[in-house]
Amino acid sequence: MSASIATSQTILVVGGGISGMTAALEAAECGKQVILAEKLPTLGGRTALLYRYFPKMCHPTCGLEINLKRLKGNPKLRVMTMTEVAAVSGSRGDYTVTLKVKPRYVTEACTACGDCGNAVSAEIPNPANYGLDRIKAAYLPHGMAYPQRYVIDPTIVGTPEGEKAKAACKAGAVDLAMQEETVELKVGSVVWATGWRPYDAAKIQPYGYGRIPNVVTSLEFERMADPHGPTSGRLLRADGKEAKNVAFIQCAGSRDENHLRHCSRICCMASLKQTHYVREACGEEGKSTIYYIDIRAIDRFEDFYQSVQNDPTVTFVKSKVARIAFNEQTGNPVLHGVDTEGYKRYATEHDLVVLAVGMEPEVTGVKLPEDIVLDSSNFIEGSKSGGMFGAGSAASPLDVNRSVQSATAASLKAIQVIHKTASTEAA
Amino acid sequence: MTTANQTAIAKYKNSFLKEVEANVEEGHWVRMCMQCGVCAGSCPLGNAWAHPPQELFMMIRAGKREEVLASDSMWMCTSCYNCIVRCPRKLPITHIMHGLANYAHRLGIAPKGQPTRETATLFWNNLIKKGRVNELTFSLALYFKDGFVQGIKNALNMQAVGLGLVKARRLNPMEILGGHGVKDQAGFKAMIEKARQIEDRKKGFAK
Repeated sequence: MSASIATSQTILVVGGGISGMTAALEAAECGKQVILAEKLPTLGGRTALLYRYFPKMCHPTCGLEINLKRLKGNPKLRVMTMTEVAAVSGSRGDYTVTLKVKPRYVTEACTACGDCGNAVSAEIPNPANYGLDRIKAAYLPHGMAYPQRYVIDPTIVGTPEGEKAKAACKAGAVDLAMQEETVELKVGSVVWATGWRPYDAAKIQPYGYGRIPNVVTSLEFERMADPHGPTSGRLLRADGKEAKNVAFIQCAGSRDENHLRHCSRICCMASLKQTHYVREACGEEGKSTIYYIDIRAIDRFEDFYQSVQNDPTVTFVKSKVARIAFNEQTGNPVLHGVDTEGYKRYATEHDLVVLAVGMEPEVTGVKLPEDIVLDSSNFIEGSKSGGMFGAGSAASPLDVNRSVQSATAASLKAIQVIHKTASTEAA
Repeated sequence: MTTANQTAIAKYKNSFLKEVEANVEEGHWVRMCMQCGVCAGSCPLGNAWAHPPQELFMMIRAGKREEVLASDSMWMCTSCYNCIVRCPRKLPITHIMHGLANYAHRLGIAPKGQPTRETATLFWNNLIKKGRVNELTFSLALYFKDGFVQGIKNALNMQAVGLGLVKARRLNPMEILGGHGVKDQAGFKAMIEKARQIEDRKKGFAK
């Protein structure tokens, strides 16, 4: 398969997270030609970086594995990693897209043996752990990475470290001369499954993220709880102390005119889920405190909320924390605020504070094609000409379950565009 | 004779929220509060308040008219604007506090002897005499507001500061004879009168 297969009957899916994989698979399984473009070296997106899902508390590896199996067996689907969309022109049924493919410096001959990683000594912040630890500059993104191919970080290309990786490769898969390529394609419809990113917690000045030790984001906490994470699944603070008394601050960035206007919908459930991690790690000794405005456990998740309410190790405080101070002696963050149930002032110490950060569209600040219509929070509503669609958390703040639903819907709309194009061409 | 307070009670009956929305500066924002508590937690003088802003907003919505208007809480606001900056819903909380205080004052049910209220009243009365604040008579009025003996004590305590100001030519002792004012006294009086009429009309105090 090559780029030449692309016609105006091809669907381009931008983003290879759970939404993009779903949209691409649904369309390909309906017999459409699909190109799935992912910016990073691996598919899986942020879903692959979760420790467990709510509400069933299962691991994301399971769902990803099924999708990868569907994907590997489908000849209609072509995956392009390290690929970004540089430009889109044209209109519904007849788009010309320009893709930029960054060099991976490792060819398809890679067997993922790991010799290159062992050979180099240079390290980079680990993207799979949000930079909480470091990995070798020749690396496999994570255990579930697809394709299962190593990546050479551009910082060591042209250095003796890069040559070490090349020399160590028995399969001859390291190609340090690789250059960025530009590919132009004809497609009939585009599904934007560009996903989300956590709101920059450092912008919430009174919470001191980045200034006060032991204040982390919910995504970092997710990695801490994961056995493949930086602390091998133990809830350890930077000073090595085990975090047993954990505070969760809801609406960190969300529902705030100064930050994100929208409710990110997932954070309440994420924090409720993460109280399970504290219990898992510390048992009855663990203590979780959730500071909230109101808990939005939407839909059937009310059951999950009630089960957490019944857990004696979990306390709920109805108050948005006003500011976080730091106790030099204990190394603990101190939470200040006023409780809405009784209007009592509090100053409470915790071992670790988890900010349940909001979802911001990954495309915030990115210049999108003129045709795209955004809402007031930069989520993709659709396109003026009706040939491009948002899917998953690019379209609205959604959890994994609802992202999959949204992606399937977007895929169906894209298929309809292709059908209409095909019938006009035939006539 | 009915007082302004009785008129307001009769007009709005049980809806204190509607009364606040109609008559208090920025009062229409009160219903937007989502009770998160960030204003209360961010207030540097929070300890001095019987009711923090979020509680006042809830009390307004619950119709606790007497408790709110007779409270000295909103008089504690020093206009630091921390709450406005941090409010997730961008409520102009500082302005609402001043609006509530002003409304309670004009209804004549604000707490008597509340220092902020007394100082503000003295300042205003001093200012509208000639269109300029007479710092000497204003300071003296402030010293003697709690009686003659306390006034002498206050004046003696502040003696060094006062003399220092005189030496630095920041305070003119001759101001005691009436002091300076704006040039067009009649125009100034007419302007204040007009402003009062407009404000009375806007806030429901017009006859």
